[in-house]
Amino acid sequence: MTTQEALFKYTLRLSDTSLILAQRLSEWTSKGPFLEEDLALTNIALDILGQANSLLEYAAKTESKGRSSDDLAFFRNEREFYNTLLVEQPNGDYAQTILRQCLIDNFDLLFYQELAKSKDETLAAIAAKSIKEITYHLRHTSSWVDRFGNGTEESHTRIQNALNELWRFTDELFEMNEIDEVLLKDKIAVDLKTIKPIWKKQVDAILEKASLKLPETVFMQTGSRNAKHTEHLGYILAEMQYLPRMHPTAKW
Amino acid sequence: MSNAVDLEKNFNSKLEKNDFVEPKDWMPENYRKHLIRQISQHAHSEIIGMLPEGNWISRAPSLRAKMVLLAKVQDEGGHGLYLYTAAETLGASRDELLGALHTGKAKYSSIFNYPTLTWADIGAVGWLVDGAAIMNQVMLQRTSYGPYSRAMIRICKEESFHQRQGYEIMCHLSFGTEAQKEMAQDALNRWWFPTMMMFGPPDKDSPNSEQAMKWRIKRETNDELRQKFVDRTVEQAEFLGLTIPDKNLKWNEAKKGYDFSEPNWEEFYNVIKGNGPCNKERLEARNKAHSDGAWVREAAMAYAEKKKENILAA
Repeated sequence: MTTQEALFKYTLRLSDTSLILAQRLSEWTSKGPFLEEDLALTNIALDILGQANSLLEYAAKTESKGRSSDDLAFFRNEREFYNTLLVEQPNGDYAQTILRQCLIDNFDLLFYQELAKSKDETLAAIAAKSIKEITYHLRHTSSWVDRFGNGTEESHTRIQNALNELWRFTDELFEMNEIDEVLLKDKIAVDLKTIKPIWKKQVDAILEKASLKLPETVFMQTGSRNAKHTEHLGYILAEMQYLPRMHPTAKW
Repeated sequence: MSNAVDLEKNFNSKLEKNDFVEPKDWMPENYRKHLIRQISQHAHSEIIGMLPEGNWISRAPSLRAKMVLLAKVQDEGGHGLYLYTAAETLGASRDELLGALHTGKAKYSSIFNYPTLTWADIGAVGWLVDGAAIMNQVMLQRTSYGPYSRAMIRICKEESFHQRQGYEIMCHLSFGTEAQKEMAQDALNRWWFPTMMMFGPPDKDSPNSEQAMKWRIKRETNDELRQKFVDRTVEQAEFLGLTIPDKNLKWNEAKKGYDFSEPNWEEFYNVIKGNGPCNKERLEARNKAHSDGAWVREAAMAYAEKKKENILAA
């Protein structure tokens, strides 16, 4: 695998994760639990969609086969998407959405702080811009995890259920393959092994503060590094892509 | 007695001098009621308006279109927030106002009871519906109640962006493929008359208008605003190569404006009564979001109470 190929696929992994997450989060827009929270979650969705857009533009440029960022977003199939399984999981109730986001925010903050030091200038610049946004997202979601964990009996049950449901998708965030190997040599990629223990420590602290317990027996799911997804992704893409695919020559 | 007369005199002289009435000033009870009703209806319209547009966020056909639409729907929510806050300065509570919306007692702009069926509807809503709303909102920047006027100044800035973004979608479609052009014309056909209804019934049938003009809450009549809107929009449609679906549309040199057909007012009153194509869906969606969110609000309250107790105990 050449560095260029690896860089293209690595960037897709990041862009797809942001794009699918933004698609999921924006399902909440106009349906939030109250107006201020509706605005806050939409804001998070917008930041993440912005990251997806910058990353897809860079992926298109890196690939240099004449495909645009929109081509990459709207004309790839289920088996060509590399987003992590966690982000394609359904929103569930507000606790599940917030918990999913909090797990990802913790990961993203560590990940993008490292990526900001990448030898690849574009990735480093996108990362540097994202850090500010993610810091705010993490503050928001971790305070809600605390509120739910220590709020009412119902909210505690809901956020604990969310954790039980989603924990099985967390190992995959740290999986590395040939792409990482190639790019680590050139100091482009982030070494996920090094951030995993820090992530775990941070998440443990948030969960402990929120009086939550990790589920005991969990079988960790995997697949997205090879574009093998849960059944949810197909529906997300069907909805997201139908219009450009119906009018393949049209401009919007 | 003379005190009450003085207060009223003072209020009237503010209106005459085009000064703003502020929350702590004395105001006639009916003026207060009229404003609470109007501002909260306006806030509800913003919140309900998020639904037909939110309907297309997941299906927006380009990354840029998705970002623009998501930001736009968020702006509408922000407008709702300023307006609820403005209504609160008159002594209404947000819970009470939302309660009236959710039970169907309060009204909101009827235009949002029409469905967004195709992507072109997102263009048409921005171009026509926001275009019509701006006519009204520009006027309201000069309304007599200070907090309402200031909210409008902020809102107008964002709305004019929205209108341009809507028109940009219409441009892409109108100058695009045959299928896109058809989509654009179809959206114009469906949204034209409902948009004309947004200005309210003809002046002769609008009982609240006269008093609102006296109080300088309203500064132009429904018919004046409707005429302005038509005159401006015809040219924009011509540029797009789209046909306004009104056979009676004709330039009238004498009045320096277009003659046009009246919308079907029977349809208008029917939609207000709750019989529009989406009245039921809009209210159900609002109620569902509110009731699904109840446990979240309760958790936040319970958490805040516990924190307070801990601080007191410490």
